[in-house]
Amino acid sequence: MTSVAEKTDQGTSPVPAGASGVARRAADWVRRAPLLPALVFMIIVTQLPFVATLVISFMDWNAYYPDERGFAGFDNFRRVFTDVNLRDAVWTTILLTVGVVLVSIVLGLGIALLLDRKFRGRGAVRTMMIAPFLVVPVAAALLWKHALYNPEYGLFNGALTWVGKLFGVDRPAQPDWITNMPLWSVIFALVWQWTPFMMLILLAGLQGRPLDVVEAARIDGASGWQIFRSMTLPHLRQYLELGALLGSIYIVQNFDAVFTITSGGLGTANLPYTIYQIFYQAHDYGRASAAAVVVVVGTIIIATFALRTVSSLFKEDSGR
Amino acid sequence: MTVNTDSAAAPAAAQKRKDRSGPWLSLLAWVIGILFVLPVAWMVLTSFHSEADAATNPPAVFAPLTFEGYREFFTGGASPWPPLLNSLTASVVSTALVLLLSFPAAYALSIKPVRKWTDVLFFFLSTKMLPVVAGLLPLYLFAQKAGLLDNIWLLIVFYTSMNLPIAVWMMRSFLSEVPVEMLEAASMDGASLTKTLRSVIAPVVMPGIAATALICFIFSWNELLFARVLTATVAETAPVFLTSFVTSQGLFLAQLCAAAFVVSLPVLVAGFAAQDKLVQGLSLGSVK
Repeated sequence: MTSVAEKTDQGTSPVPAGASGVARRAADWVRRAPLLPALVFMIIVTQLPFVATLVISFMDWNAYYPDERGFAGFDNFRRVFTDVNLRDAVWTTILLTVGVVLVSIVLGLGIALLLDRKFRGRGAVRTMMIAPFLVVPVAAALLWKHALYNPEYGLFNGALTWVGKLFGVDRPAQPDWITNMPLWSVIFALVWQWTPFMMLILLAGLQGRPLDVVEAARIDGASGWQIFRSMTLPHLRQYLELGALLGSIYIVQNFDAVFTITSGGLGTANLPYTIYQIFYQAHDYGRASAAAVVVVVGTIIIATFALRTVSSLFKEDSGR
Repeated sequence: MTVNTDSAAAPAAAQKRKDRSGPWLSLLAWVIGILFVLPVAWMVLTSFHSEADAATNPPAVFAPLTFEGYREFFTGGASPWPPLLNSLTASVVSTALVLLLSFPAAYALSIKPVRKWTDVLFFFLSTKMLPVVAGLLPLYLFAQKAGLLDNIWLLIVFYTSMNLPIAVWMMRSFLSEVPVEMLEAASMDGASLTKTLRSVIAPVVMPGIAATALICFIFSWNELLFARVLTATVAETAPVFLTSFVTSQGLFLAQLCAAAFVVSLPVLVAGFAAQDKLVQGLSLGSVK
């Protein structure tokens, strides 16, 4: 690091020996300058609001009762920790995130393995697979809610009627999907959108696999399963971790699907939706902020572990 | 060469084994691909059906095609054009801002790195992990005080902050591919910064910039939560416009599918046109 700094010093201006400290500091600022706009922007737009959230979380502040605004101490936090809805929301968020990430990674891995072979129309199948990810999330959620899950004229029950007719069943089952399994309805719709994402990352990982080694193992008589277990899977590990991490970041925060498909009803309200409700419908700013602070603290704890994963990936990568 | 026949026979046998299951695996791939694209195809097909044909059970696949749904969507009620234009403005302007801010930042994190540049990089990523909903309330209160509610510029600022961390990560990974020798050679020749940027760095990172822009555009275009809270009638974006279909009753399926298709069209077109860029972008540039 220092050697590079000295080199730039020499390159720009010959400095008298006494002023070298000043010159180095100036050179450091020249280095930092391009970074500053982005850094300052991020601190103002993302960190300052959190400070405000922290302050508001200790206040009595409900837009419906403007006269009662004031200091509340830990009241909001007490209400947050005793709120059954919020506790349920934590659980729902975990189920939703783990469910979607796990299922879409397993499916994505299977499909990536299928697409890693040469066959007629491979490009077409890949293109078809990507389509779900390119539908705007709200549009996708609406599509699932009304055009697929609808008990009267949705495609799922329509297909059941059609298959029933084919086999001569008079009254085929016509389940009300969203009412019968609300959380799974949301999970399925999200899995449909996120499997392509996992598939794309894992397929890229598979295609970066050193093929000569695999070929050598095959010549030595290793079975397909052995090759997969001891060569493909270890190679894919970092791609699996990357997919899981990025998928979790986005699905933990999911609002669109929950809002659209069930409107948070039937036990599907996750944390973002619940906080949105406390803030946007109950207008209880103090309690919403306290909930947000608790979620942020929880996220920081989980994210510390997640970031450790990324930084270990990152060390392998930056051996340049 | 003839000595090798023995070892060459083994892969040939394995090849034969593979060939037998091969067609079935290809068929499976096709079936799965069709299952995944089916809801999208169904959306497009339904959007060209009449409302009566769209609401049948079993589905009327071969019903006559019509533009009724589109006509109803564009001229039936509130016009979708202002929300679509708002979305376009917010996505394009915020993407441009993100590129303007992230390129120099990535430069200072890769080509001429500042001290502790990894810490800075992880600071950017950590902002993505904090729940956006926690920053929503103070932004809303600020906007209310400052009279910025229902103003597209507020969304632009927010979308810029939402995509900036991703862009910094991607740009850094693309910029770190610029060969050091070329940079040294350029500085040895006394090339100015602008000349180095234009003739050494730009050719290497242009595809990376395109990937970054694509991802930022898609994420801004898709965003719902902030747009819903911070905008009303004037600055409403296309996803917010779509939420009017959440609780609609009666025969509206064709119109809904037309709306969903129209709103998704820019993302579908951009994404299909740049499939490889999509992978690069989604993996924050770690998949090349």
